[in-house]
Amino acid sequence: MADLSCTIAGIPSLNPFWLASAPPTDKKVNVTRAFRAGWGGVVWKTLGIDPPVVNVSSRYGVHHDTNRHALGINNIELISDRPLAVNLQEIRECREEFPDHVIIGSMMAPIEERAWKDLAVRIAEAGVHGLELNLGCPHGMCERGMGSAIGQVPEMVEQVTRWVKQAVDIPVFTKLTPNITNILWSAEAAKRGGADAVSLINTVNSIVSVDLDAMAPTPVVDGKGTHGGYCGSAVKPIALNMVAEIARNPFTADLEISGIGGITTWRDAAEFIALGANGVQVCTAAMLYGFRVVEEMADGLSQWMDEKGVTSLSQLHRMAVPNVVNWNDLNMAYDVKARIDPDMCIECGRCYIACEDTSHQAITMTDLGNGRKRLEVIDAECVGCNLCSITCPVPDCITFERVDAGTQSVTWPDHPLNPQRLVAAE
Amino acid sequence: MTHSVPSLPVISADGHPLTAAQIEQNFSDLHPCLTDLQAMAESNRCLYCYDAPCVTACPTSIDIPGFIRRISTGNPDGAARTILSSNILGGTCARVCPTEVLCQQACVRNRAEDTPVEIGRLQRYAVDHLLENRAAPYPFVRAAETGRRIAVVGAGPAGLACAHALAVNGHSVTLFEAKPKPGGLNEYGLAAYKMTGGFAQQEVDFVLAIGGITIEYGRPLGPDLTLEALRQDFDAVFLGVGLGETNDLGLSGEDKAGVVDAIDFIAGLRQSDDLPSYCSAASVVVIGGGNTAIDAAVQAKRLGAEEVTLVYRRGPQQMGATAYEQDLAATNGVVIRHWAKPVEIKGNGHVEGLVFERTRLDAGRLTDTGRRFEIAADLVLKAIGQSLAPAALSGLTLHGGKIVVDADGQTSLLGVYAGGDCIASGQDLTVQAVEDGKRAAKAIHAALSASQC
Repeated sequence: MADLSCTIAGIPSLNPFWLASAPPTDKKVNVTRAFRAGWGGVVWKTLGIDPPVVNVSSRYGVHHDTNRHALGINNIELISDRPLAVNLQEIRECREEFPDHVIIGSMMAPIEERAWKDLAVRIAEAGVHGLELNLGCPHGMCERGMGSAIGQVPEMVEQVTRWVKQAVDIPVFTKLTPNITNILWSAEAAKRGGADAVSLINTVNSIVSVDLDAMAPTPVVDGKGTHGGYCGSAVKPIALNMVAEIARNPFTADLEISGIGGITTWRDAAEFIALGANGVQVCTAAMLYGFRVVEEMADGLSQWMDEKGVTSLSQLHRMAVPNVVNWNDLNMAYDVKARIDPDMCIECGRCYIACEDTSHQAITMTDLGNGRKRLEVIDAECVGCNLCSITCPVPDCITFERVDAGTQSVTWPDHPLNPQRLVAAE
Repeated sequence: MTHSVPSLPVISADGHPLTAAQIEQNFSDLHPCLTDLQAMAESNRCLYCYDAPCVTACPTSIDIPGFIRRISTGNPDGAARTILSSNILGGTCARVCPTEVLCQQACVRNRAEDTPVEIGRLQRYAVDHLLENRAAPYPFVRAAETGRRIAVVGAGPAGLACAHALAVNGHSVTLFEAKPKPGGLNEYGLAAYKMTGGFAQQEVDFVLAIGGITIEYGRPLGPDLTLEALRQDFDAVFLGVGLGETNDLGLSGEDKAGVVDAIDFIAGLRQSDDLPSYCSAASVVVIGGGNTAIDAAVQAKRLGAEEVTLVYRRGPQQMGATAYEQDLAATNGVVIRHWAKPVEIKGNGHVEGLVFERTRLDAGRLTDTGRRFEIAADLVLKAIGQSLAPAALSGLTLHGGKIVVDADGQTSLLGVYAGGDCIASGQDLTVQAVEDGKRAAKAIHAALSASQC
C-alpha cells in the first residue's frame, strides 16, 4: 500500500487526514476517539480569550436532497464555549497520550496585537504543533469584529499573521474565508505576514433553508434565524478553485496549503492534493458519518495511488496544477462529440430532453416500435457540452470522442474570430 | 430497496386448524401502504424519464414520473391529483394492477438493475395520503350543470369512471346497479387481502363526491330496465355491465353440493363479516388458470384449507394469471398442476373428488392422453371464465361473446357506449375498464357538446 505519510508546513503527519477546527475537535474525548479511529491530526476547535462564548440552542441547518442525503450543512455555532484553561489542559493530555499525532491550535482574538500574541503564546505552550488563525468564521464572531471581519480585509490578515509569527516559533496556518471576491488578496496578505501555510476554505456564508412554517431561516432559534457557515460536499467545488488559484499564482505558489471544503471521499482528498494541498482537513463527513470514515478515505487513496503508480503524496502534490490555466489558454481547435453506447443505454430519455430543452438539440430519440428507443447524437449540432453525460444515470454510457485532428492548437487571443486580435493586427 | 415481498400466510404451528385470529391475520393487507420513509427512498429511485415507457404501458396513461416526483418533493396530495386526473380509481389500480406486466415491466430500471421502481405501491401511498387527508379539498371541480342526463349501467370500474368524468363536465348521471352495493368487481370480485379496510366503498364515496351522480341499486338491465327505454329517457347510455354469466365445466354432477363458481366464492367471502366461519373445506380444488382462479385458491388456503390444488389444462405460459400471481399461489402453499382437465365429478350428493385426464399439445391442439388421476375434494371452485349475459342487449352487435365498440367506445347503436369486461378490448383489467369508461365519457361529452351548438 502506498505511503500516506506527509509533511505540512514542516510538521510530519501519519497521513494527510486532519479533522478541521469544529465541534468534532472540541474536547479531549472527541480527539482521543478521532486519533484511535485513524486521523493523522486535528485542528482543535477555535480557542478565544476568556470568558468563553455562550452558544445558542439549535445550531445546524441542512441542505438535503430529495432522498435526505445531506448535500451540505451550515452552523451558527461560535468558537469553543469552554474555558481556555480546560482546553489547554486537554490539549496537553492528548499530546502526551498521542505523541505521533498532530494537534494544531486554532485561535481567534479581537484585532489587537496584545490579544493575539498573548493567546498565541499560551496555546503554543500547551505543546501544539502549530497554530491556525481563524480569520474566516462568517457568523456571530464577525459581528464582534473577529473571524471573517478580519479575514475579509487583506491588511488585517497580514497584520494578524505577522503578530502571531512574531510571538511564536511554531508553524502558523492562516485560515482564509471564501466570503471574499478574490482569494489571492488574502492569500498574498497571509504570505506577506509570514504564514507558513494557509488553510482554506472556511465556511461559506449561507442560509441553507427557510422553515416555511416558522417563516424563518434554519436553524430556527425561537422564531428567528441568522446566516451561518456552509460546509459539506456542496462547497467542495468552491474550495478546489480557491486552492488551485493560490497554487498557480506565482507569488503564493510556494505557500503550503491545508485543503478544506467538503472533503468526503478519498477522491476528494486526492483532488485537493493534486491541486496543491499538502494535506486536507475534514469536518462535515465526520459529523455525518462518524470518525470511522477516515478508514475508507485512507484505504481508497492508498489503493488509487497503488493503481496509478504514485508512491508518495509528495509525488501527487500539485500534479494537476500545471493543467489549471486561464480560459484564454484553452485550445479552441479541440472538438469532442457525445457518443451514446446503445448497449448501456437504458432509454430513460434524460439526455434527449436535457439537450432538446436546454442545450443544442443535438440528440434524437427514435421510437423503434417495439417498446424500445434509440438515442443518437447529431454530430453537426453537438458542441461537446457534457450535459447529456451529466444527466445520464448510467456511468460511462455517454462518452466523448475527439473528432478534430489533434494537430492544431489555437487559443482565443490568436483565434481568427477574435475581434481584439484583428484590432491589434491593424 | 422496498421490493415487494407479499406477506406470507400463517401456517398452523401445531397441526390444529387455524384460529379465528390467524385467519383474520391472513386477510390483512398483502402489501401494506409504504411508510413515509419507504416512499421517500422508492420515489428517489425514479429517474424521471422523458417520454417514459411506464406511462405508455399504463392503459390510463398516468403521468407516472410526474406523480413520483411530486412524492419525492414532498407533495403526495399533488401526486394523488396527478394520478386521479388520469385514473379516478387509481387507489384500486394501485392495489390490484398486474404492474409486473404493465408499468413496472416497462420501467427502465429493469434494464440495468432488474428491479423496477415500485410504481404501484407509490401510487397507493399517494392516493391513500389524499383520501386520508381530511383537510385536502376535493381534487375535482364540477362544471356548471349542462342539463344533459346520461344513464350508466353498472357501478363497476368502467361505470364509475365514466360517471365521474361525465359529472366533472357538468352532466347528470344516473347509475343503475344490479347489486345492492356499488363497486362491481372492486367490491365483489378482487381478493380480500388486496382490498382491505373497506377500500372499495371508500373509493366509491370519493368518486360520488363530485356530485351529479345518483345510484339506483337492484336495477339490472332486463324487462324492467330496457336498453330501449334508457335510450329514450337519457341523452346517452353507457354500458359497463361486466360479464354476468360463468362458464360451466360441461360435466355431469356439476350440480353436486360443493361445486361452486369461484366468482361466487370470492363474492361471498368479500361480503362476509365472519371470515373464520366462511369456509370449512379441507381439500379444495380450483379449476382454471386466470387471476380469478389464483385469487380463489390463495384465499381458500388462507382460510385454512389443508390442501388447495389448482388444476389447469395447459402450462404456465398459457395461464391467464401473471407469473407474479402464479408465484403468489405457490408461496401460499397452493399446488398448481398443469396439463390436466376435469372429466368426472365424484360424490354422492356432495362432491368428494374429481377425476382429471392429462392433456398435452399436439401440433398446437390440446389433446387428451387417456391417462387419468383423481384428487379428493370437498370444495370445487370453477374459474374457467365468464361470459356476457346477452339477454338484455338485443340490438347490439356482439363479436366473440363481447359487445363491439368503435374507437370512442360507441356500440352499434347511436348514443350507446360500452366499456369494461363486456367489450372486446381483450384485457379484463380494472385499469382497462377505467380507461374504457374515461374514453366513452370523453366521446359522450364531445357528442353532447356538439349537438348543443
